[in-house]
Amino acid sequence: MNAAVLEVRDLRTHFGAAKAVDGVSFSVARGEVLGLVGESGSGKSVTGFSIIGLVDPPGTIVGGQIVFDGRDITHSSREEMRALRGRRMAMIFQDPMMTLNPVLRIDTQMIEAVQAHENVSRADARARARDALGMVGIPSPDERLRAYPHQFSGGMRQRVVIAIALLHRPDFIIADEPTTALDVTIQAQILAEMQELVAQNNTSLIWITHDLAVVSRLADRIAVMYAGRIVESGSVSDVLGSPWHPYTAGLIGSVPSRNRRGERLHQIPGMTPNVARLPTGCAFAPRCARADAMCAQAVPLFTAGMREHRCVHPLPEFRK
Amino acid sequence: MTFSTPLAASVQGDGLAGSAEAAPLIELNDISHSFGTRPDFAARLAISLKLGKPAARVQAVDGVSLVVRRGEVLGLVGESGCGKSTLGRIVAGIVSPTSGSVSWRGKDLKTLSSSARREAKLRVQMIFQNPYASLNPRRKAADIVGEAPRVHGLVEGGLGVFVDEQFRRAGLDPALKHRFPHQFSGGQRQRIGIARALAVQPEFLVCDEAVAALDVSIQAQILNLFMDLRERLNLTYLFISHDLGVVEHISDRVAIMYLGRIVEEAPAEEIFARANHPYTQALLAEVPRLETTKRSFAAIKGELPSPLSPPNGCHFHPRCPHTMPRCRIEVPRMKLVAAGHKSACHLNDAAS
Ligand SMILES: Nc1ncnc2c1ncn2[C@@H]1O[C@H](COP(=O)(O)OP(=O)(O)OP(=O)(O)O)[C@@H](O)[C@H]1O
Ligand SMILES: Nc1ncnc2c1ncn2[C@@H]1O[C@H](COP(=O)(O)OP(=O)(O)O)[C@@H](O)[C@H]1O
Ligand code: SF4
Ligand code: SF4
Ligand SMILES: [Mg+2]
Ligand SMILES: [Mg+2]
Repeated sequence: MNAAVLEVRDLRTHFGAAKAVDGVSFSVARGEVLGLVGESGSGKSVTGFSIIGLVDPPGTIVGGQIVFDGRDITHSSREEMRALRGRRMAMIFQDPMMTLNPVLRIDTQMIEAVQAHENVSRADARARARDALGMVGIPSPDERLRAYPHQFSGGMRQRVVIAIALLHRPDFIIADEPTTALDVTIQAQILAEMQELVAQNNTSLIWITHDLAVVSRLADRIAVMYAGRIVESGSVSDVLGSPWHPYTAGLIGSVPSRNRRGERLHQIPGMTPNVARLPTGCAFAPRCARADAMCAQAVPLFTAGMREHRCVHPLPEFRK
Repeated sequence: MTFSTPLAASVQGDGLAGSAEAAPLIELNDISHSFGTRPDFAARLAISLKLGKPAARVQAVDGVSLVVRRGEVLGLVGESGCGKSTLGRIVAGIVSPTSGSVSWRGKDLKTLSSSARREAKLRVQMIFQNPYASLNPRRKAADIVGEAPRVHGLVEGGLGVFVDEQFRRAGLDPALKHRFPHQFSGGQRQRIGIARALAVQPEFLVCDEAVAALDVSIQAQILNLFMDLRERLNLTYLFISHDLGVVEHISDRVAIMYLGRIVEEAPAEEIFARANHPYTQALLAEVPRLETTKRSFAAIKGELPSPLSPPNGCHFHPRCPHTMPRCRIEVPRMKLVAAGHKSACHLNDAAS
């Protein structure tokens, strides 16, 4: 892999007492797809928002570093981040209406997005917008440009948002569950298009999801989050094929296709912890069958080659 | 991969699952249901002055016949807007179909006395997708669960003891019963919805995307609860979901719906091994499965057509890779293609 486009070091983003993200480190190489998975509330979105500089108050980055293309952007000003966001990095949200303005026509919004970062004529900007729509598989893009967002289906809207994200051929995209609300057939279409576009442009991508199956086909590497921390990371085949952390193993085991039809599913007992009241030791301990006294102490990060995990009793039976 | 947790113990015995001999509990006979899009004032004025056309109607369910046998889990699958929820509501007696008949234990609901109809309706309960929107935010969990059985006189002994028992059955701690819905997690709220449905002692549960909003680990807990309850209470299910992995896991039989029509119906193993209908085949090809190697996605072309103006003939023809001239004109009928396996596609005529 080439040098890292993005490096996140010991990121801590807190909302008052709630330690939504608490010591997250990872890097993404050029052209690499990283899948960030975990249950709802584990801190995936807050990690994404921290990187692109859109953490809502009272949330603040209280520690750590975000280095983009060799530059520390952790505490960049709003203006600097806005300039970076349009051109070099982009975020796609679960709800396309977070990006689209309901009262403006698609062409108005896309032309504005082009002209915000590049000094081009309206006609050229429009042509760029049309090409971008065509690229994400929207039929008759010339006509569709004149439509309002509500005249599109959910899948079409999400494609428009992807087209906007790709307008400036960013080096880096964060996609936060962009297909979770869509049908399988539409999801498959969008995933196919994303996969192709990212490969063509050598774009780096973080794909946030709680759906392991999506990540298993899309990503090169996977990072599993639990209660504000990455508890395991590595290549997709290593982590999904032989998980070391009991939480990862539990997640994989709960997927219906990993179970015999009609039999009880393997389930992780209990619930996601409250990130405002985390223990000193492993946050997964109350739900973990392997927990013992050692787990009550702070768990360090263990590294083995390209793999990392945070567990004092990793699953040996999975080691090949 | 195996995990040696005590939870891995398999559920014994299939009960009446899938056995063709079991009597039909619910039978839908040529059910159709359409919704009028409500015209606004200007449109109504235009219509009354004969200046405008009456608003288009959505044919949400179009000539569906379906049998659910006692003790089985019938999975109902289809894309958004294809009519799954509408069909589920018809089965649960919440919506009366525009045409066609519904029979409960072999008797047409229309021929039943009003008290027998009420009784039949109570026997079928529905569990919804959004566990928050379906619970009244101003009522305590105990009231949500206890109200219907109290009204229907199903509570023997004290209401408190009764509610505690319902909570335990759904895997909830009765100590939490004085809380309001917003004080529960998503998974717990879904358990309240389940406790509420089970409190009136139904025989039949319609689960409409009941695990769709939940994380995979919570989803596994709720699916296990459904399977346990089926065993313990001998329940029958119509299990609506767009998630084929979930449906494959829990169902004995599966029906596939496309734009208001059932296009294929078969035992679960059969449909996942030998799908007949081109739409089912396309759907199955697109299920994201857990894989350990990166793979490219292949996609069915085209969007779901608007239900306001569905294509003629076979509704799937604009997206089907095998379309023939007659597919554009003639609606394919459901035909038996193997034991217990029905499909509605003209290719089956060509083959035989
Ligand atoms: N009350 C209503 N008024 C008008 N149209 C309706 C109404 N309810 C449903 N429809 C329409 O009927 C069709 C079928 O809707 P239904 O809710 O049954 O779909 P579904 O298969 O459950 O979809 P989803 O997977 O999104 O829940 C859709 O086109 C929908 O827009
Ligand atoms: N605006 C906010 N105010 C307070 N807490 C927040 C806010 N946004 C997120 N959180 C908290 O941060 C934690 C992580 O949230 P999030 O990153 O959205 O999770 P995920 O995306 O993994 O589902 C959760 O406990 C959530 O409640
Ligand atoms: S550190 Fe202990 S409690 Fe945490 S996952 Fe590992 S074994 Fe379980
Ligand atoms: S009837 Fe024709 S269009 Fe419809 S699924 Fe069969 S081959 Fe395709
Ligand atoms: Mg999120
Ligand atoms: Mg529905």
